[in-house]
Amino acid sequence: MEFRVPRGILKAVDNLDLDVYNDEVLGLVGESGCGKSVLAHTILRIVDPNGRIAGGKIMFQGKDILSMSKEELRRFRWKEIAIVFQGAFNSFNPVIRIFEHMLDTTYAHDEKASKEEIVKRSKELMRMVRLDPDAVLVRYPHELSGGMKQRAVAAMAMLLDPKLLILDEPFSALDVLTQKFFMKTLVDIRRETRKSMIFITHDLAQVAEIADRVAVMYGGVIVEAAGVEDIFYKPRHPYTRALLKAVPSIVGSIDELKPLPGPLPDPVNPPPGCEFHPRCPHRIDICSRVRPKLEQVDDVSLVACHRWRELN
Amino acid sequence: MSEEPLLKIINVTKEFVKGGLFSSKKAVRAVDSVSLEIGMVENVALVGESGCGKSTLGKLTLGLLKPDSGQILFEGRDIWTLKKEEFSNFRRNAQIIHQDPYTSLNPVRTIFQSLAPPLIRNKEVPDSKAAYERLKELLTMVGLTPPEDFLNRYPARMSGGQMQRIILARAVSLRPKYVVADEAVSMLDASLRLGAVDLMLELQKKFRVSYLFITHDLGIARYFILKGRGKIAMMYLGSIVEAGEGDSVIQRPIHPYTRVMMTAISVPDPKLTRSRPLPSLRSLDVPRLEQVPSGCKFHPRCPYAEKICEEKVPELRAFDSRLVACHFAERFVN
Repeated sequence: MEFRVPRGILKAVDNLDLDVYNDEVLGLVGESGCGKSVLAHTILRIVDPNGRIAGGKIMFQGKDILSMSKEELRRFRWKEIAIVFQGAFNSFNPVIRIFEHMLDTTYAHDEKASKEEIVKRSKELMRMVRLDPDAVLVRYPHELSGGMKQRAVAAMAMLLDPKLLILDEPFSALDVLTQKFFMKTLVDIRRETRKSMIFITHDLAQVAEIADRVAVMYGGVIVEAAGVEDIFYKPRHPYTRALLKAVPSIVGSIDELKPLPGPLPDPVNPPPGCEFHPRCPHRIDICSRVRPKLEQVDDVSLVACHRWRELN
Repeated sequence: MSEEPLLKIINVTKEFVKGGLFSSKKAVRAVDSVSLEIGMVENVALVGESGCGKSTLGKLTLGLLKPDSGQILFEGRDIWTLKKEEFSNFRRNAQIIHQDPYTSLNPVRTIFQSLAPPLIRNKEVPDSKAAYERLKELLTMVGLTPPEDFLNRYPARMSGGQMQRIILARAVSLRPKYVVADEAVSMLDASLRLGAVDLMLELQKKFRVSYLFITHDLGIARYFILKGRGKIAMMYLGSIVEAGEGDSVIQRPIHPYTRVMMTAISVPDPKLTRSRPLPSLRSLDVPRLEQVPSGCKFHPRCPYAEKICEEKVPELRAFDSRLVACHFAERFVN
């Protein structure tokens, strides 16, 4: 996915490969500007006017999303894959009730749905996100707290029972306690419904809390993907290691923490070779010339580094 | 130390009036009878969730807002009784770093055009040429080299990390004794945040400033305080509920609010974070500031609340080196 910007062409997501499996929570982490939100938008073919998907395929159960017609795509969105955008809970229409949002959303993707069905489904979903359906559905958005709105948005995303749910920074504007409870709710929903989720965040601690597998993005590519425990206890890519050491927490020794040197790469003029090489303590000659491929380490782990074998 | 602390906040309260056009006017108490001290070359990390009043308290200490009651003493003198000249001298000694570095500088001026006038106006340097030399030194100090390159740039041509360094350089350029850092590193990317904190502490050694480090992130507050020197103060709905030296508040929380927070915060360790039980709370919702609960403000959510908690405001009491505002603090010590 690339964008035309005044300085040239910005490749926000560059030749990226990623699989999402059935019944898994994939945590997608990276710093701002690494392309994680753009990747989520690309999956549903949501393209800004100055952007275009220059190549590649996005296969969902054997069908390429990028070659669907507009009508096919409209029916596909929400029914198969739904997305909760960053800050979506502030995007409710302030003059209509929560239930009307549920109706509108359903009709936009499935005009044949009956009102009774939608009522039934909405109530079910409200209970699933631990909201009282009779109290919440008749409310206007401003009558709900931030945490309630966020849960209502998650319920809305599940109206058409999508197989894959994409959540972009769903917790970032919530206070710590609401965050914790909402995370537990998502874990429960996942256990009950066996949905797959892509959970996008910049916060490593949130990923540690709910992801089964983690993909780490840097400069528009995946640099490492592995099971959650591998990422935190046995990180392979130098960027993953450096990032883990740069995040202070309320536990652990601060003596092991170390700031990461240097700035993030300029997306319009990315460094040649490995995107991380200008900041990497382990760089050698080849790193500035050849871009490393994402290599299979074992059944689930992938890493894109020329030196991952020797650094392990 | 027996010497007077640099900054002393005594029983300060600040209310704002909300509504008026469509709804009845209501007083919102953003800061409620807060007392706090910051010593020379010492730090306080003020931690709390959004809306708890931490930024308002920061502005009060700078004289940007006037308290409704209580006093702010700077070097032993009430800042609101200072004469005009003394007050501007105080303002020079007390600086602020805002959250967003881009909106802190005029976008149509170069860095030099923004940073030089205060130096000349305050007679730090005699003329523009000397200001240029001084700013070159400062920019080198914050790691922006070669400095000439950056002085002639416009803000839009710099990265967030570079801008934050410029803002840090500006904050110490008049050699203040006190700097309020209001979410100063929150906008930065994770990989740049520690570097910015390290730089702040380096500047502290060189310029001998005290920081009020305001943040919602306990992890970064802990790093700041353990690497520097000072205490962490926890704020909830306008009041300080607990404060202690170093990271004692995090390691051994006493106040029920602090205790709940410590189990609720996710940590970057999958096994550990998943094994921590959900905190038991009577209510999840944070009360609105317009209707702050009576007595202890945490009582409607507190799992240990009893009758007295609804009726009486708990005082901030000392336990060893800790301050705690809870009627039953004795129960939770150890």
